[in-house]
Amino acid sequence: MLDFVQQLVSGVALGCVYGLIALGFVLVYKATEVVNFAQGDLMMLGGFFAFTFIGMMGLNYWIGFAGAVAAMALFGMLAERVVVRPILGYPQFSIIMATIGLGYFLRSIAGMIWGTDDLKIETPFSQGVLRIGSLVLAYDKLSVIAATMILCTLLWLFFNKTTLGTAMRASSENMLAAYYMGIPVKRVVSVVWAISAAVATCAGVLLAPITFIHSNVGLVLGLKAFPAAVLGGFGSIPGAVVGGVLIGVIESMAGFYLPEGWKDVAPYIVLLAVLLLKPEGLFGHHVRKKV
Amino acid sequence: MRFLFKTDYEDDIKLFPHSGYLVSYGILLALLLIAPYFLSSYLMSQLVFVCIYATVGVALLILTGFTGQASLGHAAFLAIGAYTAAYLQKYNVPFPVYFLAAGGLTGIIGAMVGFPALRLTGIYLVIATISFALIVEEILARWESVTNGNEGMRVKTLSLLGVTVPRDSPTFYYLCLAVLVLTIVGTLNLLRSPTGRAFVAIRDSETAARSMGVNVALYKVKSFAISAAITGFAGVLFAHKLSFISPEMFTLQLSIEFIIVILIGGTFSLHGAVLGAIFIVMIDPFLTYLKDDMPGMIAGIAATFGAGPAAAGSIKSNVAAFASLNGLKGAIYGIIIVLFVLFEPLGLYGRWLKIKLFFQLFPLYKRATFKRQKIYVKSERNR
Repeated sequence: MLDFVQQLVSGVALGCVYGLIALGFVLVYKATEVVNFAQGDLMMLGGFFAFTFIGMMGLNYWIGFAGAVAAMALFGMLAERVVVRPILGYPQFSIIMATIGLGYFLRSIAGMIWGTDDLKIETPFSQGVLRIGSLVLAYDKLSVIAATMILCTLLWLFFNKTTLGTAMRASSENMLAAYYMGIPVKRVVSVVWAISAAVATCAGVLLAPITFIHSNVGLVLGLKAFPAAVLGGFGSIPGAVVGGVLIGVIESMAGFYLPEGWKDVAPYIVLLAVLLLKPEGLFGHHVRKKV
Repeated sequence: MRFLFKTDYEDDIKLFPHSGYLVSYGILLALLLIAPYFLSSYLMSQLVFVCIYATVGVALLILTGFTGQASLGHAAFLAIGAYTAAYLQKYNVPFPVYFLAAGGLTGIIGAMVGFPALRLTGIYLVIATISFALIVEEILARWESVTNGNEGMRVKTLSLLGVTVPRDSPTFYYLCLAVLVLTIVGTLNLLRSPTGRAFVAIRDSETAARSMGVNVALYKVKSFAISAAITGFAGVLFAHKLSFISPEMFTLQLSIEFIIVILIGGTFSLHGAVLGAIFIVMIDPFLTYLKDDMPGMIAGIAATFGAGPAAAGSIKSNVAAFASLNGLKGAIYGIIIVLFVLFEPLGLYGRWLKIKLFFQLFPLYKRATFKRQKIYVKSERNR
């Protein structure tokens, strides 16, 4: 039983990691219906920025963190301006390919600049564990869980309660109509990319003690976070976190109870099963089109 | 400029609309047939890969280009074809039998993937095919009694009707070329048949296709099965060409490469698959060539513009250092994809058509002829 609870807790922690990355996917999708395959790579880049500020320039952890988030927000706007804006309104397939290309580019460039070794950031959470009875939970994982919950709540409030958030939802539903209503669609899209790059950076920095920073971390984790976003229904912020937690729990349970090899495939099998029964994901809403 | 007057449907669906097509494709085929006599063995080997990639590209075009179902899982189909061949070969099954068996098995599995994909569109379909590919990759690594796990499988030299065909012999090249040509001709015929029309109708509007009486589910599964089967055939050739296969060859990276093939070539015509395959296969030797020769060339240019020998030398070593940076290839790959999506969404074949039209209409060419329509009203959630 204790094993089960321990696996559950570490699954939830792992799932929050996926959820945190999935949040970025969902944000961009929710506001622009663009699927950003470079999300994981934005996360990787955020981690490297933080490493530059904290590890190489020796800044305080929190200042470096904030600096990395700000720098990546700018970078997100730049990427949107250069790669995404010219093809907004074209079929999704072209945008997916463009972001895959962007991902390739970022991975290689990061590999060239920061090398191919695993890098590490010293964080206030790197040391120590929390013990509740005989349960053991490391602080770095707790920090990820807390950050995921906070960011998820903030973003949900932002999307549902603020004017800018409503504008984003409007422009995702119908870009042209939103433009006619006086919403500055281009600026809205640019802000969304800034926010999602910032969220990705939070994920990258918080994950640094757990997964280390290397140029392929984005690809590896992105491939897990992507099913999480799909599982939750691509357009739903709480769905992303729930999907992430589900994927994390399934992975850690499969790793513990099933023979070797199931750990990596089990999330995808569950994903396929869910898509088969509910093609729009757990929290996605399906609206029928009138002809 | 030539005007074609079509008086009935038979004229419209001719494989060769006029004699010019017969002549130009005849010359191309003749050149390809005599290629082994004047190309170096390295280029011949690359040409074989072009044939294999183009075959997969055609398969992917049927599914993605003409039926509108995106797939990032074609590496898995290729793997299934390759492993079927390698496994059956162990039991001395003759080539024609395992060639057909690989295609058939892959086709069946493709149809099985097609069923769950019926209800999925857009991004959900992409992730479903990625999941399928990852699961297949894991199965290949774990099912050791059949696939030999991560150690990989050795593929014996191809033996066709009692004659051994080494993987770098001209005969093997002719075999790959024949498979490619048969695939292209077969696909062209498929696309001008009712089945092909149904595929295109589904791509353009599923609702409209359904209301015209097209059985959408059946044709989607058919499209998946045909596409997978062709990829399976290509997989057999791929296995023979590499002579050794292991699970880490058939990763998501390869699936993305196949998508890039049709994206760069152009997704609206079969020419695109071939042009894209040439591009993807040839970019490697081209980059190697640049890496070796660019530093000297740039230093030479600098010298002609008046740089001293010392400056030219430092330029040369700097460029050489840059060219040998790790991961430069990935960056160039990424830039090429982004540039194609941004500036040439119709791909290489689209560019060729534009150039052709420019000369045909000479002073009257209008850029707007090929302008894409932006569709902002597009929320996929409400589709």
